[in-house]
Amino acid sequence: MSFQLICFYAFAAITVGAALAVISVRSPVHAALCLVLTFFSTACTWLLADAEFLAIALVLVYVGAVMVLFLFVVMMLDLDLDPLREGFVRALPVGIVVAVVMLVEMLGLIGVRSMQLPAPPEPAAAAGMSNTSWLANALFSQFLLPFEVAALILTVAIVAAIPLTLRRRTGTRTQNPGRQVMVQARDRVRIVKMAAEKPAPAADKTGETTP
Amino acid sequence: MITLAHFLTLGAVLFCIAVAGIFINRKNVITLLMAIELMLLAVNTNFVAFSRFLGDPSGQVFVFFILTVAAAESAIGLAILVVLFRNRATINVTEIDSMKG
Repeated sequence: MSFQLICFYAFAAITVGAALAVISVRSPVHAALCLVLTFFSTACTWLLADAEFLAIALVLVYVGAVMVLFLFVVMMLDLDLDPLREGFVRALPVGIVVAVVMLVEMLGLIGVRSMQLPAPPEPAAAAGMSNTSWLANALFSQFLLPFEVAALILTVAIVAAIPLTLRRRTGTRTQNPGRQVMVQARDRVRIVKMAAEKPAPAADKTGETTP
Repeated sequence: MITLAHFLTLGAVLFCIAVAGIFINRKNVITLLMAIELMLLAVNTNFVAFSRFLGDPSGQVFVFFILTVAAAESAIGLAILVVLFRNRATINVTEIDSMKG
């Protein structure tokens, strides 16, 4: 048993254990943190499959962005967990049976083909380049149009997510930057023409009350 | 030596765990979204393994696209979840039945 195989078994065991925790723990926050662990150890197994770029991309995109988004949403919502957990025990046998049957079928398919053939030499190294260049050569030549469509999909997702969560509440005091910029001096200050001195009171002119 | 069967087995186990998660957490939308992410991860593991063992970069390019689409999907899904919670004050799937005839 080589060192790589031992590492693979360790990472695979952590992945499976964390995935089991994701679907079974009570709190959604703990589930999200277990999902982070699942992604991270899966990235380690991808490193063993010589997919360095995708392993790092998985950590950056999923652990860094998507799971933080999940945690934000989970912590923002004030969840009542008890109604969400009812039916858990009742559905447990069905879920386990379905999963085990599917697993046996899939493992049967994998075992029938008897894939004990040794791994070929790493394709990127055989081509004399790193994994990233190997991937980029395919991505920016053969898959250029899908790459640009993917960029479009991300833009549409951003544009869609913002108006979905935007809300206008009445009765709140907010700034209107457009009106602030457009304001003129005459809107704020009113200049009134008036004499610089007060006229003397009429009582002083008569001079009757001097003692 | 690590063979293709090792990676395929890992992908199969992850996928089945995700299916079981969808069965046993039918009421919690957040856990359902997490189970879908687990499924995508299992599929990605298979793609990476086949790309490595067949020497074809297309598999890894596909993983790249799946990551893109999954990120967009979870952003939109969580936005819908926030709007849902704001309007209904629940994320329980059994209570979201206002379109039931």
